[in-house]
Amino acid sequence: MTRKLILSSPLLEITISRLCQELIENQIKDVETVILGLQPRGIYFAERIAKELGKQLNQTFQVGKLDATFFRDDYRRRDTIAPNSTDISFLIENKRVILVDDVLATGRMVRAALDAMNSFGRPTKVELCVLIDRIYNRDLPINADYVGKAVNTLPTEKVLVEWQEQGHEADKIWLITQ
Amino acid sequence: MLKSPHLLGIKDLDEASIHLIVKTAKEFKEVLNRPIKKVPSLRDVTIANVFFENSTRTRLSFELAEKRLSADTINFSASGSSVKKGETLLDTVNNILAMKVDMIVMRHASPGAPHYLAKHIKANIVNAGDGTHEHPTQALLDTYSLREKLGDLDGKNIAIIGDILHSRVALSNIYALKKQGANVRLCGPSTLIPKHIQSLGVEVSHDVKSTLQWCDAANVLRIQLERQQIKYFPSLREYAQFFGITRQMLEELPKEIVLMHPGPINRGVELSSDAADSPHSIILDQVENGVAVRMAVLYLLASRA
Repeated sequence: MTRKLILSSPLLEITISRLCQELIENQIKDVETVILGLQPRGIYFAERIAKELGKQLNQTFQVGKLDATFFRDDYRRRDTIAPNSTDISFLIENKRVILVDDVLATGRMVRAALDAMNSFGRPTKVELCVLIDRIYNRDLPINADYVGKAVNTLPTEKVLVEWQEQGHEADKIWLITQ
Repeated sequence: MLKSPHLLGIKDLDEASIHLIVKTAKEFKEVLNRPIKKVPSLRDVTIANVFFENSTRTRLSFELAEKRLSADTINFSASGSSVKKGETLLDTVNNILAMKVDMIVMRHASPGAPHYLAKHIKANIVNAGDGTHEHPTQALLDTYSLREKLGDLDGKNIAIIGDILHSRVALSNIYALKKQGANVRLCGPSTLIPKHIQSLGVEVSHDVKSTLQWCDAANVLRIQLERQQIKYFPSLREYAQFFGITRQMLEELPKEIVLMHPGPINRGVELSSDAADSPHSIILDQVENGVAVRMAVLYLLASRA
């Protein structure tokens, strides 16, 4: 098993800052925008994005945690995954939603998240922001609007994201080859 | 992930499984508080609710849990069925399964009936109460409700008061509470406390007042007259005098305790009306949590198909 570092500080902070610039360019201020982080690790990235956006625009954005476990399409086809908490203390009806996840691979989790989101209202627009886009790994016609870093990976490889908030020493994103 | 594809009793469940069910139930409770209270997880699962004994709460709770999970459900009750024509339990259930049913939720008057089914048929079995033996989902929802109020149950004092002898709720609760490190004290007339129950690691008392003073939470049980073939105490009135709990008793305690009851309540017997409706009581929270806990159980079991 080999581990290759694909993203870490200070490039990570620059990437987050650049993603926020892109969001701002796309008139994020025009409509009321909320940020939804996908469980389990997208929530940390969502917090970072919200913090950076807040810094750049001098305003606060509401951040929610969305868990799509109950909406997955592989239930009963693999071992059950214990659910994480969903914590959305606002309605997303008529708002612009930025869905945030750490890694986009097959797109199945995003599909589940889009379903799960329906329980909280009908947003006017939903966009997807990911830190790592594993291109050529898609099972579904889903693409991200904002991409931190696109990497070309084999389906057998794994992208491991370590956040400081989870207790790791530093933020590091690894590519793991079995 | 649960170790067994069935939920037959708490006795065979380990602490990790109890925690997994409680954690999953917490997320389902959040789902139940959304404007849209449904998730699609069990959309390709069919569940039969097979009830050979009367039930209000458990049956409605299971049915609602199944519907919130998008499962297809069918209901069967012994009255008005071919059971009256002499069909055996195994034949009845196998006929239901022949209609491509994946899970059976069963209540039966005979202790061990779900264990017998689990040995002989290919489907997930959930015990919804087997005679005077176990009622695992009730104990799990009691655990969930207690944890909401008291946090971790390790070292907490929990009293179970009433007809312990005929209560499946009591036995399942004893197993569940002991596995989580709680101290359990049973309280009731000596005729309604099973012999040798101390071997499960519980204390026994016959004095309600001192038991209430000792405990952090009291789970009060109904007198199950329908299961009593002989007289265990002189009269319900005398039972209410000695073992009934009133609001005044609760208010005289040095600390606030949590009052639970699995239902149905016989008001004026084990609980006075003002006690049942007092702020101590979490009886209706238990009912609310019941749906979330049963969703968790069904969700975790169905994935073990």
